[in-house]
Amino acid sequence: MKPLAKNGILLVIVLALAFSPLFLARNAEFAGADDQAEKAISTLNVNYEPWFKPLWEPPSGEVESFLFALQAALGSGFVFYYLGYAKGKNSVNKKEQS
Amino acid sequence: MNRRNVKKTGLKISILLAYVLGVYIVFPDSAYAMHIMEGFLPFNWAAFWMVAMVPFVILGVRSIKKTVTLYPNLKMLLGMAGAFAFVLSAMKIPSVTGSCSHPTGVGLGAILFGPTAMTVLGMIVLIFQALLLAHGGLTTLGANTFSMAIVGPLVSFGIYKGLNKLGAPRWLSIFLAAALGDLMTYVTTSIQLGLAFPAAIGGVMASATKFMSIFAFTQVPLAISEGILTVMVFNVLSVYSQKELRLLSIFSGKELPSSKQGVKA
Repeated sequence: MKPLAKNGILLVIVLALAFSPLFLARNAEFAGADDQAEKAISTLNVNYEPWFKPLWEPPSGEVESFLFALQAALGSGFVFYYLGYAKGKNSVNKKEQS
Repeated sequence: MNRRNVKKTGLKISILLAYVLGVYIVFPDSAYAMHIMEGFLPFNWAAFWMVAMVPFVILGVRSIKKTVTLYPNLKMLLGMAGAFAFVLSAMKIPSVTGSCSHPTGVGLGAILFGPTAMTVLGMIVLIFQALLLAHGGLTTLGANTFSMAIVGPLVSFGIYKGLNKLGAPRWLSIFLAAALGDLMTYVTTSIQLGLAFPAAIGGVMASATKFMSIFAFTQVPLAISEGILTVMVFNVLSVYSQKELRLLSIFSGKELPSSKQGVKA
């Protein structure tokens, strides 16, 4: 089997891993880690006060998810730019050789 | 696909499903697993991890400089390894424990460019998230860099090299390297939290084990995902970027020739 065809199967497995929890743990909150970590630390050390606040916080959940989406978009943009570039370079090299 | 392959894939999927169900039954409570938040490490620990990070960052800058001067045409691939970490750490994926966490994506670069190169790239990702997303933090940057960009890549790199020597198939070495590097990042995070917040009964160990029992299980499916995604990228690279992989001695398994470094660097 060609490596690229294998990727199709692998992608299905990744998607299953990512989405199955939504169906398996229906009642869960799927909350972000950060708020829950605060609670766990306060049970271990009741008197602990965070001594530094983030310099800037996204004003709302929407803005935060926008920034996360932006991060993913920029990253995947470059990853696939590279893969396309590599593919193009590869096919040019092949043509020259033949 | 022949029948044996179908059977193998079927087996893999059923093992996976069994695992997912098992974890859900054993750990129904929601858990958390991500970077340490801003201000949540006592000052001394924050400073300690910051200092511990510095030598690796220096080594990393050197290692990147060396790669770029030796092989200028690998700059793009290096950028891609950084971008991969950038994407994956933006993806908060639900886990079977009922909370979300995100993969780290540093295994790919560690296998390609060595562990310390990823220290620098991982740190850049963490700074971005601390400044713009209030995720992680500047005071905890040292600790988070240590777990995600030092321990993670070192584990990935070590496992990849070790398994390669043992003659394991390449996809398996890559999968395990990326998956275990991801997992060990969060094990490190729980040890860091355990050290900073020892339990009243049982001390550091009890506290670290507590954090770990939560962390590790949330992270396992994500670590598997990261392993598979890294294998997928390698599959594509092995078709289109053979030359680059050969330069990085991914195919031959040989170390970079030292004489060459002397001449050009």
